[in-house]
Amino acid sequence: MDWIVILQAGVATGTALLFATIGEILAERSGVMNLGVEGMMLMGAMAAFGLAANTGNPWLGLVVAMAVAGLLALLHGLVTIHFQADQVVSGLTLTFLGTGLALVFGEGLSKAGAISLLPKVTTPVLSKIPALGPILFTDQSVLVYAGYLLVPAAWYYINRTRPGLHLRAVGEFPAAADALGVNVVRLRYLYVFVGGLLAGLAGATISLAISPGWFSEMTTSGQGWIAIGLVIFAQWDPIRAAGGAYAFGALRRLILDLQGPTTLLGLSNPFHTYYQWGFFLQMVPYLFTIVVLVIGSREAMRKRIGAPAALGVPYVRSEHG
Amino acid sequence: MKGSRVVAPEAAVKRRAIFPWRVRAEPRIADVPHWLPPLVSLGALLLALVLGGIVLAVVGGDPLQTYGHMVKAAFGDVGVLSDTLTKATPILLCGLSCSLAFRAKLWNIGAEGQFFLGAWAASAVVLWPVLPATTPRVLMLLAMALAGFLGGAMWGFVPGVLKAKLNVNEVLTTLMMNYIAISWNNYFIFAKWSELGFQMSPKFPTSAWLPRLADYAQQVPLFAGLTTHLGLLVGLVAAGILWWVMYRSKWGFEIHLTGDNPKAARYAGINIARNTILVMMLSGGLAGLAGMSEISGVVHRLQGAISPGYGFTGIIVAWLAKLNPLAVVPVSILFGALILAGREIQPSGIAKLLQGIILFCLISSEVLLRYRIRVVQVQRG
Repeated sequence: MDWIVILQAGVATGTALLFATIGEILAERSGVMNLGVEGMMLMGAMAAFGLAANTGNPWLGLVVAMAVAGLLALLHGLVTIHFQADQVVSGLTLTFLGTGLALVFGEGLSKAGAISLLPKVTTPVLSKIPALGPILFTDQSVLVYAGYLLVPAAWYYINRTRPGLHLRAVGEFPAAADALGVNVVRLRYLYVFVGGLLAGLAGATISLAISPGWFSEMTTSGQGWIAIGLVIFAQWDPIRAAGGAYAFGALRRLILDLQGPTTLLGLSNPFHTYYQWGFFLQMVPYLFTIVVLVIGSREAMRKRIGAPAALGVPYVRSEHG
Repeated sequence: MKGSRVVAPEAAVKRRAIFPWRVRAEPRIADVPHWLPPLVSLGALLLALVLGGIVLAVVGGDPLQTYGHMVKAAFGDVGVLSDTLTKATPILLCGLSCSLAFRAKLWNIGAEGQFFLGAWAASAVVLWPVLPATTPRVLMLLAMALAGFLGGAMWGFVPGVLKAKLNVNEVLTTLMMNYIAISWNNYFIFAKWSELGFQMSPKFPTSAWLPRLADYAQQVPLFAGLTTHLGLLVGLVAAGILWWVMYRSKWGFEIHLTGDNPKAARYAGINIARNTILVMMLSGGLAGLAGMSEISGVVHRLQGAISPGYGFTGIIVAWLAKLNPLAVVPVSILFGALILAGREIQPSGIAKLLQGIILFCLISSEVLLRYRIRVVQVQRG
């Protein structure tokens, strides 16, 4: 077990979670909760891998993955913003629909074999930094670097720009935003769509970079749900989201690596000797999500911060005068 | 007012002068007519089938032939009808589980995990073993049902407490508990109770089998080969009891109020935390009972593939039935048919896809109950 390798792989694995989490943060900041992340990610993963396998161009796969996931998100937008349906139910439905569509259109894709993937890059100077260099800047996919850029960009956009201010206003107090001339409906559609784009990107990150291939529902194996959990842990803040996503990625990798070696800290490795103990290791990411949720919720209660005030509430102009 | 034309604002006229008609949604002020909700649901269902058919045609299937095949595979003769009812049994119990939780606005997405834990706990009675194989059948089955109920209830208790005491989002905790339940079961299937290294437990002794119609073929020849088991009756009785609890009992009113208006519930002196935990436990228990009924009535052993997503289908069923336990019965039979027939058609994701489309059409259609959709003429300037 090499810690550098685990952290390096953790950053790569966490990138998919990071995209999905930041996408969901943007949607929820505008007041729309989208529980369909898992479905959109699966659809993105399937579309990306399918297109890359059929055209040989992974970049095309990436773009189409984002587009289809964005379209699915718009459907959620239509149902929750225009038809004012319950956001929880609509989001769940989106997961069903996305999963079903991905399985139907992805039929036979698992046999596609090796395809050309997105390139990996080692940054010339930065990779020489001790510890951080090998972890962050050596042999990482271009998408991992995109993640590094997205985090500060999203933070700056939400907290320091005028459109970001509008975004927060729409999520906290839509009636006031409306009175100031901000188009609540249009902005909510926009950020739900952006959330979908990023969920599609997250799916493509998995199937074209982190663990290439199409393994039906196992491709994402619940990461969309973990991303939604991370949003709560992150208190709707992109920088905390990055910390959570990378830590989660490292945890997943650690669990995989724990079962390999015959000795652990000088003792015989129980997870190697008794393979069935691995089933308990598999629970750890999900248990960890629950722990993370509890921490996030407690903090929100203590500091009286947390979810955007209008999260989950449809905006109807007439009801607010 | 009646008959008068509704005139659209002038700004809209300038933009859309080419098209003299507009669709407008007006909030309903009067009560919705009694016949409308079921009609709208039926319309949504039909629309979903049409949309599903389009997807089928896109991936290269023949929608009409596929649907025809599905109807035949689910309702064609007494044998398959009985299989449909067998498939409907766990869906019925999971649908009831979700109806109760959703009524209290608790989003229990964990019926799937509670189902698995119920199946595990019921198996533990036989395999641990808590009771010897020679235990009288009635006693054995009662113990298994109790264990299954408690297993599911325990799996609902954890998210319930976290929600009630720490305000932790129950959608996510129940979902995470699903994954944990599957790993937990796998440990027992692959290691502890594995039969000769296969990924399944040994077959249960017949004292742990729920009686099926086929068991009475000697008395009633018509029953020969029919798979429907006692779990269906349990589900029907549960539906009746749950209907009474939800619509006629004081507690049912309490949880409805808690869900609709927590503030009012608190002023009324209702203990919200206690009710949250109770609802989650009862909801989990019903799903756990579904797991017990499935392994005791159909599979007769603990193995990995005991559910094609019954817990998730329960969510759709509950919503389609508008959370009414009595309506859950026919809807779950419909979905039992969908799952049974869905196994025979390719590609395999079709059944799941149809479920997603149906639910989307359904929740979208509810806008028709809140608004009147009218086509209005735009006055030409």
